[in-house]
Amino acid sequence: MNIVVCIKQVPDSDKVTIDRETNRLNRAGVPSIINPFDENALEMALQLKDKHGGKVTVVSMGPPQAEEALRTALSLGADEAILVSDRKFGGADTWATSYTLTLALKKIKEPIDLILFGKQAIDGDTAQVGPGVAHFYGVPMITYAKECEVTENGFRVKQVTDRGYNLWEIEKPAALTVVKEANELRMPNLRKKLAAKKAEIPCWGFDDLNPDEEKIGLSGSPTKVNKVFAPPIKLNKEILSGEPADMVKELIFKLREKKVL
Amino acid sequence: MSEINWGLTEEQIEVRDMLDEFGRERILPVRAELDEKGIFPADLLNELAQMDMMGLYIDEAYGGMHMGHLGFSVAVETLSKYCIGVSVSFAANALGADPIIIGGSEEQKKKYLAPLATGEKWAAFGLTEPNAGSDAGGIATTAVKKGDKYILNGTKQWITNGGEADTYTILAVTNKAKGARGVSCFIVEKGTPGFEFGKKEDKLGIRASATRELIFQDCEVPAENLIGREGMGFLLAMKTFDISRPGIAAQGVGLAQGALDMAVDYARVRHQFGKPIIANQGLQWMLADMAMKVETARAITYAACNTIDAGTKDVSKISAMCKCYAGDVAMSVTTDAVQVLGGYGFMKEYPAEKMMRDAKILQIYEGTNQIQRDVIGAALIKEYASKAK
Repeated sequence: MNIVVCIKQVPDSDKVTIDRETNRLNRAGVPSIINPFDENALEMALQLKDKHGGKVTVVSMGPPQAEEALRTALSLGADEAILVSDRKFGGADTWATSYTLTLALKKIKEPIDLILFGKQAIDGDTAQVGPGVAHFYGVPMITYAKECEVTENGFRVKQVTDRGYNLWEIEKPAALTVVKEANELRMPNLRKKLAAKKAEIPCWGFDDLNPDEEKIGLSGSPTKVNKVFAPPIKLNKEILSGEPADMVKELIFKLREKKVL
Repeated sequence: MSEINWGLTEEQIEVRDMLDEFGRERILPVRAELDEKGIFPADLLNELAQMDMMGLYIDEAYGGMHMGHLGFSVAVETLSKYCIGVSVSFAANALGADPIIIGGSEEQKKKYLAPLATGEKWAAFGLTEPNAGSDAGGIATTAVKKGDKYILNGTKQWITNGGEADTYTILAVTNKAKGARGVSCFIVEKGTPGFEFGKKEDKLGIRASATRELIFQDCEVPAENLIGREGMGFLLAMKTFDISRPGIAAQGVGLAQGALDMAVDYARVRHQFGKPIIANQGLQWMLADMAMKVETARAITYAACNTIDAGTKDVSKISAMCKCYAGDVAMSVTTDAVQVLGGYGFMKEYPAEKMMRDAKILQIYEGTNQIQRDVIGAALIKEYASKAK
């Protein structure tokens, strides 16, 4: 089975602040990590490979330093890594990114059975690139996947919902976005980590993917960002005190008053 | 990590960083429970196996990572920052394997080291008996040759990884008349008829580790499981200790480092009399002494490892020195860490008291620190006698 996992390198959001003067993210000196949900997608791929064999390829689109994220994925057990990077791809929104990533997936020689994504990236939080790629690539997609079992022709997938889960049967090739509850992450492996340091990671750029120039990069992105700002923090808090039973009564009264209940 | 350049290789630094993450992510959240309930860290060892960490000390030819004694000690040290109950369960595999590495035949190495390198199997070393501790020559377990087998009878005591390990290297007397030169070393596999486990000990510290009796009752061991020749057992045991003691020293270094880290962190945030307690010179001097002890213990431990890795023939003295010194340092630094934390240090809710309880074993096992001083003294006599010639 061939599984491709699309991963994104993101700033460690715990360590990012917003410059209140310019409303820009202070990214200087902030360490980069693999988007946490993408780690769960990779773990799902690795567990499927442990059970059924096959190959896991990780693909990341981003600046050259995204190679770091790909090396981390290799040390966790991915078999191959591909970096999609070119100055011309810079500034892409989710639409242009989905289009560009799809061209990269189409360039992979082996037929792909399953494409995995994290449910969303912690920097942009759009959750659009997974479905975008599924659309351009032309495969069915199930979002918020928690479990994935291999069936005769495809997969049986548990999709998390607000009230429980949906159980889907889906034919391969298919695409999923994966939630955090899907699995516990493994630790990296020493042999693989040492090999990953020296691994040659191919970089596919404009000339390799031969895209429609109007659909890539900043100019090919229909999304226009109007303004980035930190929402003002309004704290209108009230702390109740007294006996628990009385506090609950008061809480219910107040919630009713505000028409929450 | 301090700024000191220890000259570690890129691979050794990778091992350290990976195990540091492992310690934070995997050991820290469970160490109090493992200690309190005396749970053997089987899950942690299995995960270390998946990380390729179980064969650090084994040659590549037998599936290991060939990181040398320094690489292995760096690993033990790093795990020991978080829990030496876990790190001794990890390190005892090497202790069990060392007699095979030192004196085993090619067939024995292939058969027994490969599954230890992958972590598929675990090992243990069986020397100590109720009446043979420091006086290792006084063991009473016997091995009598009968055809192509040896029949083992006797009881081993306080065996680390006892019951959990699959491969045991066991010392037994094959010729009583020859004393220490009548002792032989055998490989005994778990499940061999006549090989049973006795009670699991309840201990002051390293409570996560398994410490158990091994009982041999007419236990038949194939003659090909003899390591080396008959009568080589005592020498093998001494050579084993020569290369295993830096691992115990590494436990002391890691444990003391963990205690120092905790003490400094606490002293920075604990306020009394309107200022952090670290602002008091008396406390700074205490921390300074602790830090010097940690770094000097690390220095002598790494020096011992480098001496062994360089292929030096007689390493008894430096090996005993690092074990003795780092063990004493761990006891002193953990005791001081409890003092820095004051009342909090004394409470079970905080890890300081566990570190202090754990430290004590480092002055006792793999030769008490008094025995280490004996070894150092004997080496000095030999060294200066040869100089005088």
